Amino acid sequence: MAIAWVRTRTSVQPLRVDIDAAGRPLRIDGDASTVGRVDWDVPTRGTIIGTLLNYRGGLAALGDAVHQAPYFAPPQAPVLYFKPANTWIAHGAPIRLPAGLDAVNVGAALGIVIGIPATRVAASRALEHVAGYTIVNDVHASHADLRQCAVRERCRDGFCSVGPWVIERAAIANPDALGVRTYVNDRGRGAETTANLVRSIATLIADVSEFMTLAAGDVLLAGVPEPAPQARPGDRVRIEIDGIGALENTVVGEARP
Amino acid sequence: MKRARIESDGAIHDAVLAEGRLQLADGSSVAEQEVRWLPPLQPTRRPRTIVAVAENYIDRSEHLAFTPPGEPQIYLKGENTLIGHRGCTWRPDEVTYMHHECGLAVVIGRTARRVTRADAYDHVAGYSVVNDYTVRDYLENYYRPNLRAKSRDACTPIGPWLVDAADVRNPMSLRQTTYINGAIVERSNTGDMIFDIAYLIAYLSGFMTLAPGDVILTGNAGGGVGVHAGDEVVTEIDGIGRLANTIVGDDRRAR
Repeated sequence: MAIAWVRTRTSVQPLRVDIDAAGRPLRIDGDASTVGRVDWDVPTRGTIIGTLLNYRGGLAALGDAVHQAPYFAPPQAPVLYFKPANTWIAHGAPIRLPAGLDAVNVGAALGIVIGIPATRVAASRALEHVAGYTIVNDVHASHADLRQCAVRERCRDGFCSVGPWVIERAAIANPDALGVRTYVNDRGRGAETTANLVRSIATLIADVSEFMTLAAGDVLLAGVPEPAPQARPGDRVRIEIDGIGALENTVVGEARP
Repeated sequence: MKRARIESDGAIHDAVLAEGRLQLADGSSVAEQEVRWLPPLQPTRRPRTIVAVAENYIDRSEHLAFTPPGEPQIYLKGENTLIGHRGCTWRPDEVTYMHHECGLAVVIGRTARRVTRADAYDHVAGYSVVNDYTVRDYLENYYRPNLRAKSRDACTPIGPWLVDAADVRNPMSLRQTTYINGAIVERSNTGDMIFDIAYLIAYLSGFMTLAPGDVILTGNAGGGVGVHAGDEVVTEIDGIGRLANTIVGDDRRAR
């Protein structure tokens, strides 16, 4: 059994959840009867930072293009972006498709939740700065050109689902060997493992903290498997990560004005 | 009203400018020289979104050949970048080119979602001066401008004041002057923006909801001049404020 923390729309403080070995909640705040009817909220409060091209497959798929225009060289520093607060939605909330899009890409990401502020930390000590882990669906619109930061593609309202909970770091023996699976309407649409990360969890924290302090509560995404599966209105999207649980949201049609 | 957040005698205060001094909530006042300046922004419940616009000024030097971009080129920055007036910004000794990018910051006062240009100013709380330093050595061609070049700790001085929107008659016609060690290195005018403030609020709020406390950095007029450890960089925008910042090297970095 593992300990995780949730937020609900009515709780002031995070509530403790006991999680079984299969990543299912047993009790919330000591009560087994409320598990089926939780009013989920986003369980984290800090800045959410995404990482591009951190799975070997995604980088390899670019092939020789990394040496050609408009890139001219492979990436050196981690390629990062923000998922600002307007994008955040909770487990179970709808992902609203903006006008002009007929599908979105599902970005199945391990969210590394920072517990102790990290500034220029060594990789060997980096995991000590982690409070726990969560699941993030880094929703985005397709974009082939990676030269300009893709704010319009990655920062639409509701384009970042987080949850259901933050599991304590101690529950994850090795964050660099976690299966990450995506299902659309219960059909498997992608399976990766964090063993295939270009930068391991510790190296990523170290390299980001070299120039940017990760504050307590911030969430650093380990990366998104490429190519990302697509989802359309009516599709139920579930992301499972070993030892953490499952995050589920349904895509709905055009956002209402 | 010109509003500030300052540290005085070990406590953080909201202050307003009154008769040349900083007046605190309890009515007492302190001299500007006696305080430490924080970014003039109220804490937000959720992380503040900081949106910046690249290449948003008409290039006067190539006026005839200049083709404006079709839509704003925007990027986001983290709150880790913000520091107050008279702060220090670290320039790593190993880099060859770090430059200033000074301009007008717009602070959102009311939630903006699909706002029209006509209504855009209703959503502005006020204005400040900002310097969005860039370390060019670290600029790469993936998700430009990448965070290592632009979202560094303490690389974005902002302040000294948040000037109430009601007190700024026309934010689209403000002279901006930047000095390095007292010498003028840049003169521009907010009227040279390609996408003006109302356009930017309408554009951004069309696909991402802006919340109170969010900040839009409206861009800079270019001509960024290299800065070095020990330099004092000052940007002045008429009616908004005079923002000073000092560049430090590896031996004096703040954190």
